[in-house]
Amino acid sequence: MYAQMIKTARSGVKNREEMSDQEREFQDRIDRDEKIEPKDWMPDDYRATLIRQMGQHAHSEVVGQLPEGNWITRAPTLERKAILLAKVQDEAGHGLYLYSAAETLGESRDELVRLLHEGRMKYSSIFNYPTLNWADIGAVGWLVDGAAIVNQVALQRTSYGPYSRAMIRICKEESFHARQGYHAIMQMAFGTPAQKAMAQDAVNRLWFPAIMMFGPNDSESTHSEQSMAWKIKVKSNDELRQQFVDQTVPQIEYLGLDLPDPGIKWNEERGHYDFSDPDWNEFFDVIKGNGPCNVDRLKDRVDAWEDGAWVRDGLLAHARKKSARTAAE
Amino acid sequence: MSNEWPLWEIFIRGQHGMSHRHVGSLHAPDAEMAIKNARDVYTRRNEGVSIWAVEAVHIAASSPEEKGPLYEPSNSKVYRHPTFFDIPDEVGSM
Ligand SMILES: [Fe+2]
Ligand SMILES: [Fe+2]
Repeated sequence: MYAQMIKTARSGVKNREEMSDQEREFQDRIDRDEKIEPKDWMPDDYRATLIRQMGQHAHSEVVGQLPEGNWITRAPTLERKAILLAKVQDEAGHGLYLYSAAETLGESRDELVRLLHEGRMKYSSIFNYPTLNWADIGAVGWLVDGAAIVNQVALQRTSYGPYSRAMIRICKEESFHARQGYHAIMQMAFGTPAQKAMAQDAVNRLWFPAIMMFGPNDSESTHSEQSMAWKIKVKSNDELRQQFVDQTVPQIEYLGLDLPDPGIKWNEERGHYDFSDPDWNEFFDVIKGNGPCNVDRLKDRVDAWEDGAWVRDGLLAHARKKSARTAAE
Repeated sequence: MSNEWPLWEIFIRGQHGMSHRHVGSLHAPDAEMAIKNARDVYTRRNEGVSIWAVEAVHIAASSPEEKGPLYEPSNSKVYRHPTFFDIPDEVGSM
């Protein structure tokens, strides 16, 4: 998802006999659905896994601004431009909520940003795909934010208090994102044949990258067991992916577009849509850094950070001077 | 000296005559910018009519380990709750 393939700091789940008294008490609190708060005792691995997950989630919000920011100046109308600007601004806020949540565990935002810039932390694979035209912007809001919502709604119940509260806040803002995207695509799908063809092309290209967002199949994601036991993760990758497919297929049909995967078929027995696996080799390749935009995305982030340094330093110097002057008076 | 802007905790009063509530935190070089940033981050949808910003280092917090002794004095005083007293129905609501 926005946090894909988070390695839990330990492999396998500790059973109750292996736990210390403190660990057992901690697990009991989680099982009772109590929220864990920053100053509470927690196992080191819980803390480390959370920092990794919230950090990756935060990075995804921030890097996720790039593919959309690309189209702000080229939006087809002033209204669409204002809407997209507001949407992208929300994403900056989401990044901030999540960095703040990670900071409650004693990890500074600058440190997380440094790890991202050094390539030692990741962001969601989806943002390594390009946005080639305006239809892509509609499809991103609808499909990418749509997938994010499925994940984030589940995470509202995550065990770490600050993370859960950030998710609740984010979810309140997300439905605007998905709806403005669907609305933009609707106008194209119901527009001229050329516009409809653009909408179809965007859905075709973004479908598989969107369903990859949930991460590898459950059988492949060996690290999630402990995260599930700790309720850092609340639903499995495959569960979330199925939920997304089930809610999205009727939305594609409403637009009168062709389904982007011939394998999509209603399965009466399961009560769910069947669908094809994405190309997992492509997924792992993108994660490794070989997607179409990995290099550009990271470069844009690093440039923004470095180009902004004089502003950050200047404001801080000014604030220090001012407070020194007040102290002297 | 670290060049990271200090952390501020943000409290916002909603529209309805409520008290200020903690909504989250942010980084800012000084109080003035903290309030401007809080406006951008935490009131984009009319969530508030008043903002407080407090530098996080100035907040003192109780520690969870002391939960027992800290709250004990109130636990043992059940008579502080109105339901402790049985008042006959005939008396009416009280
Ligand atoms: Fe977001
Ligand atoms: Fe979003």
